[in-house]
Amino acid sequence: MATNNGLVYLIALPLFGALALLLLGRKADKWGHLLATAMSAGSFAVGLIQLSQMLDREAELRPVTQKLFTWISVGSFNVDASLLLDQLSICFVLLITGVGTLIHIYSISYMSHDKDRRRFFAYLNLFIAAMLLLVLGDSYLNLYVGWEGVGLASYLLIGFWNQKPAYATASKKAFVMNRIGDMGLSFAIMIAFATLGTVSFSGVKEHSHHASEAAMTAIGVMLLVAAVGKSAQFPLQAWLGDAMAGPTPVSALIHAATMVTAGVYLIVRSNFVFDAAPTAQLLVVIVGAITLLFGAIIGMAKDDIKKALAASTMSQIGYMILASGLGPAGYAFAIMHLLTHGFFKAGMFLGAGSVMHGMNDEVNMRKYGGLRKFMPITFVTFGLGYLAIIGVPPFAGFYSKDMIIETALNAGGAKGIILGSVTLLGAAITAFYMTRVMILTFTSPKRWDDNQHPHESPALMWIPMVILSIGSVISGYLLYRGKAFKHWLEPLFEEHGEHTELLPPIVVSGLALTMVAIGVAIAVIKYQLSEIDNVAPEKVSIFTRIARRDLLQDDVNEALFMRPGQAITSALVKIDDSVVDGAVRGVGKMALGSGSALRETQTGFVRSYAVLILIGAAALIAAIWVVTT
Amino acid sequence: MSLDNYLYLSAILFTIGAVGVVVRRNAIVVFMCIELMLNAANLSLVTFSRINGTLDGQVVAFFTMVVAACEVVVGLAIIVTIYRSRRSASIDDASLLKR
Repeated sequence: MATNNGLVYLIALPLFGALALLLLGRKADKWGHLLATAMSAGSFAVGLIQLSQMLDREAELRPVTQKLFTWISVGSFNVDASLLLDQLSICFVLLITGVGTLIHIYSISYMSHDKDRRRFFAYLNLFIAAMLLLVLGDSYLNLYVGWEGVGLASYLLIGFWNQKPAYATASKKAFVMNRIGDMGLSFAIMIAFATLGTVSFSGVKEHSHHASEAAMTAIGVMLLVAAVGKSAQFPLQAWLGDAMAGPTPVSALIHAATMVTAGVYLIVRSNFVFDAAPTAQLLVVIVGAITLLFGAIIGMAKDDIKKALAASTMSQIGYMILASGLGPAGYAFAIMHLLTHGFFKAGMFLGAGSVMHGMNDEVNMRKYGGLRKFMPITFVTFGLGYLAIIGVPPFAGFYSKDMIIETALNAGGAKGIILGSVTLLGAAITAFYMTRVMILTFTSPKRWDDNQHPHESPALMWIPMVILSIGSVISGYLLYRGKAFKHWLEPLFEEHGEHTELLPPIVVSGLALTMVAIGVAIAVIKYQLSEIDNVAPEKVSIFTRIARRDLLQDDVNEALFMRPGQAITSALVKIDDSVVDGAVRGVGKMALGSGSALRETQTGFVRSYAVLILIGAAALIAAIWVVTT
Repeated sequence: MSLDNYLYLSAILFTIGAVGVVVRRNAIVVFMCIELMLNAANLSLVTFSRINGTLDGQVVAFFTMVVAACEVVVGLAIIVTIYRSRRSASIDDASLLKR
């Protein structure tokens, strides 16, 4: 494989920005945001140069590597810290740095009143660097470093306003839940090392053909655990909603466009593992299917605009995970949906941030309404993202989601029918809750107080939104046209088996659009054509109440893990107190006790000691005499 | 005269000293008895040296004398100090070790 010494700049630029801003401290307050934005843009430029060079080469010669240094060298086990840029990672590089740069620009204005803006930009740059390392690492170990790095950046940014205890708790919750996934990734690496003796992508790929299926399944399941944690999939999904505590640009970049999609990247990158382990692959599909409905159902009940979008993110990533579990037929569509989703969801989050900016940080959609007139640019850009996510042709989401539905239906047999129905149902629910968000925010009558003065955001904020909305209009068609994206990624995957077509594509599209129309129609009837309270109605069915409580995700976690965990902890404290400390204290007491018992033999009379010494000496001499004669 | 007689004398002196240490209460007397025991030991050391025809015993006897001299200094100092503070030279009065 060809080497390219330019790859390191992708990571080095934002990493330098982060270090400079963190080390210089308050001195960099005046210009820190500009440096960070420039570093992110520079990284994007390097990515574009790499893409243009890659396009010039033949398909087989496209991947390039760069060895940075020898990291681990023990006996026959060698791990280099090296980077790999291939057709898959370049997509991520451009998404991360491109969307990342736009969000940097947006944040300059969004965070302008925050006295810690420099620290915010340092963390953003740190995130960009870590995320690039995640997608550029050429082995699971290198990926793991980036994986932990984005976890750290996510933690720091969710808790950016950690002066509010609830926000600090949210960041801790995200971090702790992510640890479970990280544990899965480290187990996967350990199993790969123990059974295959290598942890690099190419090494594992080589061994995947003749390794035992049990080993591949074990690695696959552990990788799935990792993906589930990072991508907020069922059953580790509970952290994502609370992660909205972070500033909105963070939600857009980390918890919508890039970091949460790292799980999808991991599964698609490990395609050779999952191709060799059908059981693990089936689990991936099941997780995706459950989450896509789970998130969609939560999305229907949320009144907090950011939490509604977060639930939607969870659901859309469910689509991607499902697609990546469908084998070679689905990998390209998973990534395609990931890219289009990166555009429209980031755009919508920025739109939500713009709405909050104009509404004194109010997040309750029941206190919005009629903002179309006051924020026309936000309305249009958010609206384009909305059309993209519900899958209206020719917007981006139509192509990517339609492809996933089609692939799911064509998975064959009962599996295909179940998955097809789930994805179609998900499309309908998506249409419903997104229409609800649109209506509650923009088109329904106003429900805010007179002391609110909604206004359009400054240009630094709406320009990134406009660019992202253009992306959410055209990116789907560009990637879909002539199966361009599928062919682009094809060299990475091993195609096998012929495709069955359950239904012709045009019928699938028709079905999907019908479902979308039903979803939109119900939402319009329920919200546009009827009165909306500015407080959530109390008298609702048990199902709505459960959905409002995030389908009891926190209650389940609390009952199954937190309470027993606390019980174990307090039991251990008691054991520590009584057994461990008891033993230590017992030794001390024994010494004291025997001391005071022996003290009784001390009379203090010199003459009695003299007698004892005399008797002792006599006895000693007698003993020696007896022994020697 | 047999050299054994010196050993008998040494044993008798040692016994007198030992009994004195155990029986008497006056610290000065106890101290003198200890000196008596040391000198009894010296006598037997010198006798053994004579029996064996080597000088080892005599050398050790000198060491004993040096040690005894040092011990007298320290011991008398202690006794005098105790007497000053308690107006008593009885060793049974100096029994603070018990409890």
